Amino acid sequence: MRFLYYGIIFISLIQACQPKNVQSEWPQPLEVLKTSAGPIAVYDYEHIEPLFQRNNDTTYVINFWATWCKPCVEELPAFQQLDKEYKGRKVKVLLVSLDMKDDKVAERLGKFIQKKDLKSTVVFLDDPDANSWITKVDPNWSGAIPATLIYNVEKRRFFEKSFDYETLSKELEEVMGLEQ
Amino acid sequence: MKRSLFILMTIVGVLFYSCASKPSDREEEKKEVLTAEVKPQQSEGYREGDAAMDFTLPNIDGQEYSLESLEDNKGVILIFTCNHCPYAKAYEERIIALDKMYKEKGYPVVAINPNDPEVQPEDSFEKMKERAAEKGFTFPYLLDEKQEVYPVYGATKTPHVFVLEKVEEEYVVRYVGAIDNNYSSAEQADKHYVQDAVDALLAGEEVPMTFTKAIGCSIKVKGK
Repeated sequence: MRFLYYGIIFISLIQACQPKNVQSEWPQPLEVLKTSAGPIAVYDYEHIEPLFQRNNDTTYVINFWATWCKPCVEELPAFQQLDKEYKGRKVKVLLVSLDMKDDKVAERLGKFIQKKDLKSTVVFLDDPDANSWITKVDPNWSGAIPATLIYNVEKRRFFEKSFDYETLSKELEEVMGLEQ
Repeated sequence: MKRSLFILMTIVGVLFYSCASKPSDREEEKKEVLTAEVKPQQSEGYREGDAAMDFTLPNIDGQEYSLESLEDNKGVILIFTCNHCPYAKAYEERIIALDKMYKEKGYPVVAINPNDPEVQPEDSFEKMKERAAEKGFTFPYLLDEKQEVYPVYGATKTPHVFVLEKVEEEYVVRYVGAIDNNYSSAEQADKHYVQDAVDALLAGEEVPMTFTKAIGCSIKVKGK
């Protein structure tokens, strides 16, 4: 009988204090694209929005890009390097693809990710009614890509421009409060 | 037995209570972050009511083209667009349709490619001619060769539309933004911003929506 009580207390403790929203904060995708580079989560704006407003000790670097966007492709190595250099320092790089959804999108993305050897998480935002959500990402965003959002609980910065590694890491450190 | 059950319930209750308050704290923090970071709207570029600048740019037919050369029109559907951009391509048919629909009614389409062909070779003057012939463009397709026009208008991407109304000898901006609310499918679009704007102007009514945003390709600038 005593074991039962201890058992109940133990389970209650785990249940009550488990950080429940850690799992549930990462939103459920509407569908998953099966690509040669692994599964890619597909969201509309409503479902991806929690990823732009997470409230924890991590700083998020969210890049809006597309495989067809030349300046976006050119700046991807900077984001890859950032992901590598800041590994283990509570920085999360997320690449939000705004590719057009057609029959070949999974193939296109998969090949591209493999060719460029992208290691950061890639998600797919499929929501053609862009006027309804661009301003929600940032009031100053005109809708042109590349565009990048860097945020944590303290600060939020939005950039409608291309980055090189140096400038990107400087902006990241500014948001993290590490700048000199 | 009863006593230990009571203690057990108390412990469980306290545990739940102590841990349950966290999410609401988080909610409040979140709201604070969101409200504190709302920035003012961008003020660069034309908005509804501004007088639009005329320009003289080369057209694919080899002639120089200006808004003042237009006669008997009531306005212009000015569209910054280009060859290479998938969004621009997705809207090509719809741009042609707009010209066919409104040219006779006094609102012809005028297209301007704002990109620097050195940065984006697919948007060269020669390639513009090819694309226009291929797709059967029914409207002028100009090149902003010095890249001096798009910054004044405040175009940031392709496609980017400015509906201008002719008021006496001036062109006044009546709408800035996207063509409709679904780039991937004309059939699935249920808000036709440009059509609604021009229809309203033709009917002498107020334009229902004067500013919208859309995803597009950034304008390719010399030296960048």
